Amino acid sequence: MKLQTAFFCILLCLTGLLSFFGCSDSEEPSALSLLNVSYDPTRELYQALNKAFVEQCDHEGLSGVVVEQSHGGSGKQARAVLDGLEADVVTLALGYDIDVLCSQGHLIPADWQSRLPHNSSPFYSTIVFLVRRGNPKGIADWGDLIHDGVEVITPNPKTSGGARWNYLAAWAWAERKYGSEAAAQDFLATLFSHVPVLDTGARGATNTFIQQGKGDVLLAWENEALLVLRDYPDQGCEIVHPSLSIRAEPPVALVDANADAHGSRSLAEKYLNFLYTDTAQAIGAAQFYRPIRPEAAAAEDMARFRPLAMVSIDDFGGWSAAHAKHFAADGIYDHLPRKRNP
Amino acid sequence: MSRSLANSNASSQSAHRLAMGLGLTYMSLLVLMPIAGLLLRSIQLPPGEYLRVLQAPETMAAFRLSFGHAFLAALFNTVTGVPVAWVLARYAFPGKRLLDVWIDLPFALPTAVAGIALCTLYGPHGFLGAPLAKLGLKVAYTHWGVFIAMSFVSIPFVIRTVQPALLNLDPSQEEAAACLGASRLYCLRRVILPELLPSILTGFSMAFARDIGEYGSIIFIAGNIPGETEILPLRIVHALECYDYAGATVLAIAMMVASFLLLLLINLLQKRQTS
Amino acid sequence: MNGNPSSSPLVMEPPWVRRALIAFACLHIGLLIVLPFASVLWQAFSHGLSTFSQLLATRDTRSAIALTLSIAAIAVPVNSLFGLLLAWGLTHLRFPGRRFLLTLLDLPFSISPVVAGLLFILIFGNNGYLGPFLRSHHLKVIFAFPGLLLVTLFVTMPFVAKELIPLMDDADHDEEEAARLLGGSWWRIFWKITFPNIKWGLLYGIVLCTARAMGEFGAVAVVSGSIRGRTNTLPLHIEALFQDGDLPAASAAASLLALLGIISLVSRGIAARLRKRSEALRLSAPSSTP
Repeated sequence: MKLQTAFFCILLCLTGLLSFFGCSDSEEPSALSLLNVSYDPTRELYQALNKAFVEQCDHEGLSGVVVEQSHGGSGKQARAVLDGLEADVVTLALGYDIDVLCSQGHLIPADWQSRLPHNSSPFYSTIVFLVRRGNPKGIADWGDLIHDGVEVITPNPKTSGGARWNYLAAWAWAERKYGSEAAAQDFLATLFSHVPVLDTGARGATNTFIQQGKGDVLLAWENEALLVLRDYPDQGCEIVHPSLSIRAEPPVALVDANADAHGSRSLAEKYLNFLYTDTAQAIGAAQFYRPIRPEAAAAEDMARFRPLAMVSIDDFGGWSAAHAKHFAADGIYDHLPRKRNP
Repeated sequence: MSRSLANSNASSQSAHRLAMGLGLTYMSLLVLMPIAGLLLRSIQLPPGEYLRVLQAPETMAAFRLSFGHAFLAALFNTVTGVPVAWVLARYAFPGKRLLDVWIDLPFALPTAVAGIALCTLYGPHGFLGAPLAKLGLKVAYTHWGVFIAMSFVSIPFVIRTVQPALLNLDPSQEEAAACLGASRLYCLRRVILPELLPSILTGFSMAFARDIGEYGSIIFIAGNIPGETEILPLRIVHALECYDYAGATVLAIAMMVASFLLLLLINLLQKRQTS
Repeated sequence: MNGNPSSSPLVMEPPWVRRALIAFACLHIGLLIVLPFASVLWQAFSHGLSTFSQLLATRDTRSAIALTLSIAAIAVPVNSLFGLLLAWGLTHLRFPGRRFLLTLLDLPFSISPVVAGLLFILIFGNNGYLGPFLRSHHLKVIFAFPGLLLVTLFVTMPFVAKELIPLMDDADHDEEEAARLLGGSWWRIFWKITFPNIKWGLLYGIVLCTARAMGEFGAVAVVSGSIRGRTNTLPLHIEALFQDGDLPAASAAASLLALLGIISLVSRGIAARLRKRSEALRLSAPSSTP
């Protein structure tokens, strides 16, 4: 009998807890708080930038500013915003994911990319190879990735923005090297047959390569590769710059519908403009992102960025065209012949 | 007397009905309504969409992988789970209580953590992964990884349904059989097993169902290569993240119908067993 | 009870079989369950206890713990209550379509957590059935507390009911029948006869429900929006820490979560022990067996 009483006491306690926590719900979005929905490898970047931004606001007498962060695969994040995640600003891996907010959700105007300088991209990066200590497989360029016994780690182009840049860079190289689209398609099919793991996001791929020790080459954002060199010095990884890469521009945008609903438009605009200031550009360079105004960054930070031949998304006719051709359902990526890794 | 009996019968009948009604209302609101919403979406789709999504070779492969490995893992857990339940229910030995507590751990460990832990353990440089790789068996990032993760998350189901059934078993039947000269093995097959079969089936179906849907732990340890190591739930996520709501809906419906039919089959089997 | 391990020698296996079976059980559990868990603990403690204090010092972790606890605090009682009602009703009534309902009850198990999340997005998302209404009334469901609660309720719905239905089916309906013939009210029958038979099953169902509610990942990931410090539950926070590359912190958070689960599991073990003791006392005291 006592156990039954005890049981009901537990139930009562739980109900009490419920009412207690039910009342103490977290703060609502206000004009002084921003939600920045970002992609995967920018965790460290925005941590540093948000700190600087809040300090600057404090300095100007605007206290109590809070910037909240959400990180994940670029496509996943855009989908969340589309479904109702109330981001004031989005900072995603590629323009297409922001285009979708306009075309499918009508959350932002169609001309979003021309509202801020440099295609709304305060920083850019590129795609490089990360190899194991001493480059045992002798990787020098894209063509070496499909040699026998080489395992390549890249995230899934279906879900990861970084992986799409990887894919397009490989495509651009192969098209120039072999001179035809069919050959490029064949090269990518072979390349993906060397991929043993497809993670959903760039950070997941990095973890697979570094912490699980899987694979010989990681196709990575340059910022991610440099971060690995800094954080895992004992792994002795090396960066290999391919003969041709791509100028990977992760754009930023104000989500008009949400910012207007929260009354945070002016703060959000201030935040995005802040990304172009000297302070932010210097922070970006220190966090391994190439700044659009190199003069603002410290010289030793800039020294890390090797000059590199790059194509840009415009060579693919812009993101809408590239997406429709390569990544949409039934696009080229879906129809790459599945080859077995020998 | 007869009036009060009729009264009490009627009142308990109505109490059961009330409980049932409340429970069903809750279930309809929480479970059936959202599912109805999904079904509603799916009928609005043109049939071409179904063909496009379901005919893709990667989808077929994902179906085979998810259902096939879920079946194998559930089977593995049934074969190993019954002896473990037997040991826990019948034998006394030091450390038994400790063993008993561990069994529920896969429930307590969140799936993502399980995935990370299994991946570190079975990874190319892991504690178990490295020796296994030497033997030529790669686990992490292959379909064996899917099997391992599925087995891990569904270990407790069979053990926990069979254990109470074993405890509730009337020993007099066994004793009678033994007195009549039946061998232990014969007794096991003819007296104990039939009694246990319903709970074994329940445990199996729960494990199977859980394995089909499992996502969090598998994505860390499987290679997630389309057509090879990509499970069905991951395919849905991929469709979603390409804004392909139609594709995600089709896959979700197909998966739901398939698992519902399988569960119905198992439930019917159980009915035949119990009656 | 007949759960006594030392039954008559007639129905015992030979010692070598017993030993082999025990060894097998220990090996099985050790290899498949203890080892992965130990590797989490090893990672967590590899940098000493400071990992834990640093982890608990961050606002994001504390809010993730509070969020996870509050979701469980609501989801578990609600689902226990309705699970009990459903099990009681389904086992005491016979009607066409009962088997179908039992199968429906399994659905939240077999539906992938990902699909569960998708279901709620299709209803409450911006493009969902209720999306425009919610937006115009400034109500937030998904990417906020209510959405997290809803998917958790969904995935943990069947635990209690599934645990109770076989017990209630197996239990002697004769006793209940007899009580009813003697004119006992349904409440007294439930309280004195049904409940004592199922209370351990109920407790176990609740334990499972709690553990799953706190550990759910897939479904919650779809509807959370993973805003750090606001909608990140503890499992999502662990994943975030892991992705940050902070394996010790992620493992520490993971062992905290596992600890919450283990506490509930151990409390169940203690309760079972207390029950045995109380039963033993009742049997040994002659006055209590008239």
